[in-house]
Amino acid sequence: MATYNLTTPLKTEDLEKLRIGDSVYITGTIYTGRDAAHKRLEKLLEEGKELPFPPQGAVMYYVGPAPAPPGKPIGSAGPTTSYRMDPYAPALLDVGLKAMIGKGPRGQNVVDSMIKNKAVYLAAIGGAAVVVAASIKEAKVIAYDDLGTEAIRELRVENFPCVVANDTSGGDVYKAGVKEYAR
Amino acid sequence: MRDIDVSKIVPVVRQLCIDANYYIGEDVLDKLREYRAKEESPTAIEVIDLCLKNYELAVTEKMPSCQDTGIAIVFVELGQDVHLTGGDFYEAINEGVRQGYKDGYLRMSMVDDPIIVRKNTGDNTPAIIYTDIVPGDKLKLTVAAKGGGSENMSEVKMMKAADGIEGVIDFIVDRVKRSGGNPCPPIVVGVGLGGNFEQSALLAKKSLLRPLDVPNPEEKWAKVEAEILERVNKLGIGPQGLGGRTTALAVNILHKPCHIASMPVAVNIQCHADRHKSAVI
Repeated sequence: MATYNLTTPLKTEDLEKLRIGDSVYITGTIYTGRDAAHKRLEKLLEEGKELPFPPQGAVMYYVGPAPAPPGKPIGSAGPTTSYRMDPYAPALLDVGLKAMIGKGPRGQNVVDSMIKNKAVYLAAIGGAAVVVAASIKEAKVIAYDDLGTEAIRELRVENFPCVVANDTSGGDVYKAGVKEYAR
Repeated sequence: MRDIDVSKIVPVVRQLCIDANYYIGEDVLDKLREYRAKEESPTAIEVIDLCLKNYELAVTEKMPSCQDTGIAIVFVELGQDVHLTGGDFYEAINEGVRQGYKDGYLRMSMVDDPIIVRKNTGDNTPAIIYTDIVPGDKLKLTVAAKGGGSENMSEVKMMKAADGIEGVIDFIVDRVKRSGGNPCPPIVVGVGLGGNFEQSALLAKKSLLRPLDVPNPEEKWAKVEAEILERVNKLGIGPQGLGGRTTALAVNILHKPCHIASMPVAVNIQCHADRHKSAVI
């Protein structure tokens, strides 16, 4: 298993070399969104309107962070469970989203869309929310402030730690890992 | 009869909300270390190490160990010789939750209407409150912060007597298998057996309050817990579902009598952050 440092926006050639189980550290700008924000993004796409962030090469992190304590850019910020965003993800991948960060396995519709669009799904560690927060240097709400923790935030991250869960060739760490250790 | 002014409850609940989210129990840390020593998967060991480091950082940084600081579930054991004065008891609990979540920089995760509106209530209320009347003149309050990801993997099944203990065990193991990496394993499997439809679910929830290093006091049920735990940890799901031997840290069972026609089985899945704190007034 290899380790890669990636900088946003992501390029297809950066992603094609990734294999499930590889460690990835992301530096640059990523965007947050979860259930309620995705519902609104879906509507924008349906209406042919512009998204609140440029989707080409973008990274979407499924998270609803805790409020920032004094002196910190953000509160605890571990991943939320990703399958709830499965109904929305393919449309975003079709307009250029290159990586999603979350926890837990994805549905076949998302796996197929990742293969088609040469995109990846990265697992962050659920419950390691303080560790993850330490890699987030700046955070600002760029859309849907009314959603509170579910608003879309732009995060500046340095060496954000994750593991490749689905690669561009259809590999799935959730299936492979369980197969290896089941008895 | 002992009078307790409900205003005394507010700061206690406030502090319990913060403490439950900042300070994980030693029982959870001990189990994580115990399973780390037995783990075969290098990825799983890395994940467990990261979780242990995270729990340490939560204490030193004074931050919640997980961003999902949960629904505040408040278990009340109210002594029958206590007289609550000075206002609305449940409102006092909710005020404590409101203050704890705001002052502790905890996440507001409650929406007002479950389906149509889903607007955040802004202060993490209402709490979910369960009250038991018990002998004595004390008031015991327990706050459990329960995250949504693991709660979503929970289930109640109305089984039949013919399914037997093996059928029950199969259902519980299958529930964990179907949950996979979603509920943030390593998990704690809370099981409620008997009662009726809703009591089984509450038993499963309450079972999660038992420290992970305390075995079931009844030997026959301790054996069932051990059997389920062994089967669950053979599934290969591992920490975060990335593969490994550590899928669950413990299985906790509570049971009650039930109707001759019924055999309710409830499984309440808990992520590794099995967070709860208690205080007695």
